[in-house]
Amino acid sequence: MQAKVCAENPIKKLINVFKDGSWQTRLSFFLPGAGLLLRKQFLKGALYALLTIAFIAYMLSSGGKFLAHLFSGDLGTVISGEVWNEELQIFEKVRGDNSFLILLYGVVTIVVVIVYAWLWTTNVLTSAKNDEILKSGGQVSSFRQDLGIFLNKKFHIPLLFPPFLGLIVFTVMPLIFMVLIAFTNYDYQHMPPGKLFDWVGFENFRALFSLSGGSSSFAIVFLRVLLWTFVWAFFATFSNYFLGMLIALMINRRGIKLKKLWRTLFVIAIAIPQFVTLLLMQKILDTDGILNKLLGTNILWLTDQRNFSILPRIMIILVNVWIGVPYTLLMCSGILMNIPSDYFEAARIDGASPIKIFFKITLPYTLHVTTPYLITQFVGNINNFNVIWLLTKGGPVDNIYYGGGTQAQSTDLLVTWLYRLTTDVNPKYNVASVIGIVIFVICSFMSIITYNRSASARNEEEFQ
Amino acid sequence: MMRITQKTRTRVMDFTIYTLLSILGVAWVLPIAYLLYTAFRVTPSTGIINTLIPEDLELGIGNFVRLFRDTDFAVWLKNTLIVSFSSCAITTAFVLMVSYAISRLRFRFRKSVINILLVLGMFPGFMSMIAVYFILKAMGLTNSLLALILVYSGSAALSYYICKGFFDTIPRAMEEAAILEGASQPIVFLRVILPLAKPIIVYTILTSFISPWCDFIFVNTIISERDKYTVSLGLYKLINTEKSGFNENFTVFCAGASIVGAIIVTLFMSLQSYYVEGITGGAVKG
Repeated sequence: MQAKVCAENPIKKLINVFKDGSWQTRLSFFLPGAGLLLRKQFLKGALYALLTIAFIAYMLSSGGKFLAHLFSGDLGTVISGEVWNEELQIFEKVRGDNSFLILLYGVVTIVVVIVYAWLWTTNVLTSAKNDEILKSGGQVSSFRQDLGIFLNKKFHIPLLFPPFLGLIVFTVMPLIFMVLIAFTNYDYQHMPPGKLFDWVGFENFRALFSLSGGSSSFAIVFLRVLLWTFVWAFFATFSNYFLGMLIALMINRRGIKLKKLWRTLFVIAIAIPQFVTLLLMQKILDTDGILNKLLGTNILWLTDQRNFSILPRIMIILVNVWIGVPYTLLMCSGILMNIPSDYFEAARIDGASPIKIFFKITLPYTLHVTTPYLITQFVGNINNFNVIWLLTKGGPVDNIYYGGGTQAQSTDLLVTWLYRLTTDVNPKYNVASVIGIVIFVICSFMSIITYNRSASARNEEEFQ
Repeated sequence: MMRITQKTRTRVMDFTIYTLLSILGVAWVLPIAYLLYTAFRVTPSTGIINTLIPEDLELGIGNFVRLFRDTDFAVWLKNTLIVSFSSCAITTAFVLMVSYAISRLRFRFRKSVINILLVLGMFPGFMSMIAVYFILKAMGLTNSLLALILVYSGSAALSYYICKGFFDTIPRAMEEAAILEGASQPIVFLRVILPLAKPIIVYTILTSFISPWCDFIFVNTIISERDKYTVSLGLYKLINTEKSGFNENFTVFCAGASIVGAIIVTLFMSLQSYYVEGITGGAVKG
C-alpha cells in the first residue's frame, strides 16, 4: 500500500522531484500541503497540513519517547511501582508494566511513522504531478475530481481501505509485536511490572534448537512435538479424506435410496458447533464416562500415558474423524456428481470392474481436483487447536518424555503448546513466540507450494 | 446366466452398502442423541447414564428451567446474538469488498496485496492474542462486546480466498456490458456482480455468523465479566472446572448445548445448498 514510489528507486525519484520540481513542490518537502494550498487545492492541502500537525504532536508527546526507547536497545529501566489489586486472571498478570507497553506502543509508533512517511511522499508526488499538468497547459484537479477517481479508476482503494485498516490494527501490529517478543527474555521470571524484560538476540532460537541439555531439553521436546504435529496432521487429513470419499461414493451409488436422508445424518454433525461436540465427546470418553460404563471397563481413553500415550493419540484421531468426515463428504459428493459421465460409460463398455473404475478414474479425478483442499486441510490440522484442547488439553502430562520446564505434554501440537506457554501460571512468551514463528515458516512453506502449483492461481482468468 | 450373477452382485453390493451406511449413520447420530437425551433427562444427582437402556425413561424440561434460572444463559444468548449479527455484517462486507477488488479490478499492487494476505494468513491467530488484548485495552475496550465484534471482523480480509474464487467465475462480459452503458464502478459492484454472487454471499454470511458461536479462546482472553460471556464461553466454563470428570452441571450444559445446536442446525440446514456450493465452488476450483 505504501508503495506508489516503490516502482523505481523511491529515494532517487524523490531527489529528482526535488531537483526538477517547481518551488511549490520543493516547499512541500518541508511544509506538507503547502504546495497544494498554493495551487488552490485548499481542501487537499489543508488535509495534509492537519495530518502533519497531528503527527508532529503525537511524536513530541509520546511517540518519540517510545521510539527512543526502542532504538536505544533497552526496554525500560525504571521498574514501575503500580500494583493492580483486581482479581487477576491469567492474562492480566502482565498489566501495569513497562517493557511491555514500551514495546507495544513502540510498534504502534513505527506503524504510525510508516503511514505518515507514505502520506508525506504522496503529498510531494501530487505536487510534482501538478507541475507536469501545469507545464503541459492543463488545470490542476479539483477536490471533487480527486474524489471521483476513487469511484472510478481507483475504486480498489475505498474497497480495500477499511478491511486493511482492520488488518493493520488486529493482525499486523500484534504480529510484529509478537515476532519482536521472540527476541526478548519475556517470561515468568521477567514479568513487568515487578521485573522488566530486555532484548536477548537469538538466544531463544538457540535454546529451542540446540541439543545441549539432555533428553528433556527444549530441542528434543520440540522435535517430539513437531513429529506428533505432523503425524497427527497426516492421519487427521487422510483419514477424513478417504473415509469421507468412501461414504460419498456409497451414498452417490446408483440405486441407493434415501440419498438425502443419509447425507443429512452425517451433515448434522457439522452444524453443531465444534466446542459442543468435542466437549461432549470428552465427557463420553471420560474415565467415568458413558463409554466405560457401557463396556464395564475402566479404560483411560484420553489420559492413559503408557506407550507414549498411544491410546489418547488414537482416540483423538478417531474423534476427529467424527468431526471432520462430514465436511469431506459434502465436498466430495459435489465433486463426484461433476465427474463427466462419459468417462464411466467408456470404462463400463470396456468392461472395467468397479474397483478398477474407482482407482483409474474416480480417485485420480478427485485427487486432482482436491489437491489444494487437501493441503489447506493439512495446514489447518497442523493448527487444529480445538480438537486437541477440548479433548485432552494437550495431556496427559508425561514428564519423562516432555521435560517439566518445557511445559509440553503428550498430545500437544505446536499450537496448543504455544497456547499453554502463554496462558500457564509460569508463562514463557518468548519461547511461545519462537514456536509461533516456526509454525509460520512451516505453514507458509507448504501453502506457497500449493498456491503456486494450483491451477486456480495460474489460470485465474480462465473462466472470465 | 450372466445377467443373473450381475444382478445378484449388485444386490449383495447394495446390501453391504446399506449395512455400512446404517452402522456409520448410527455412529454419527448416537452422540447427538445422547446430548439430547441428557438434556431432557430428569436428573439424578450425577447425570450419568450407567446402562444402555436407562432404568428411568422419565423426560422433562427441568434442565432447561435450571439453565435459564440458575445460569446467565439468557444474557449469554443475547450477547452472542449481538456479536454475531454485527460481526457477520462487517465480515461479509469486508470479505466481499476485498475479494471483489482482487478478483475483478486490476490495479498496480494487486499481486502484492495477494501476497501480503497470504503471508498474514499463515501466522497462527493465537500468537497475537495477547497483543490484541493489550491493543484493545489501550483503546479502553476490554470487557465489552464491541471488542469481540472488532476482533471477529477485524481480520476478515484474510478469508477472502473462497469468495474470490467465486467472483473469478463470473464472466467479464457482464461488467463490460454495464460499463459500456455508462455504469460507474460502484454500480457494477453493487448492481451487477453482487446479485450474481448470491450463493457465496449466503456462504460468507453463514460462516461468519456461526463463528462467534464456536469461539471460546478469544472470548476467554478478552472478556472476564460473567455478564459479557457469549454462549460458548459460558457453556465451556459451566463444565470445565479444574477437577476432571463429571459435575452436576453436565445435564444443564447439554440443555444449553442443544439450544445452541438447534439454532445453528436450523440455520445450516436451511442454507445447506448454498454452503455446499460455497465450499465446492470456491475451494476446489482445479
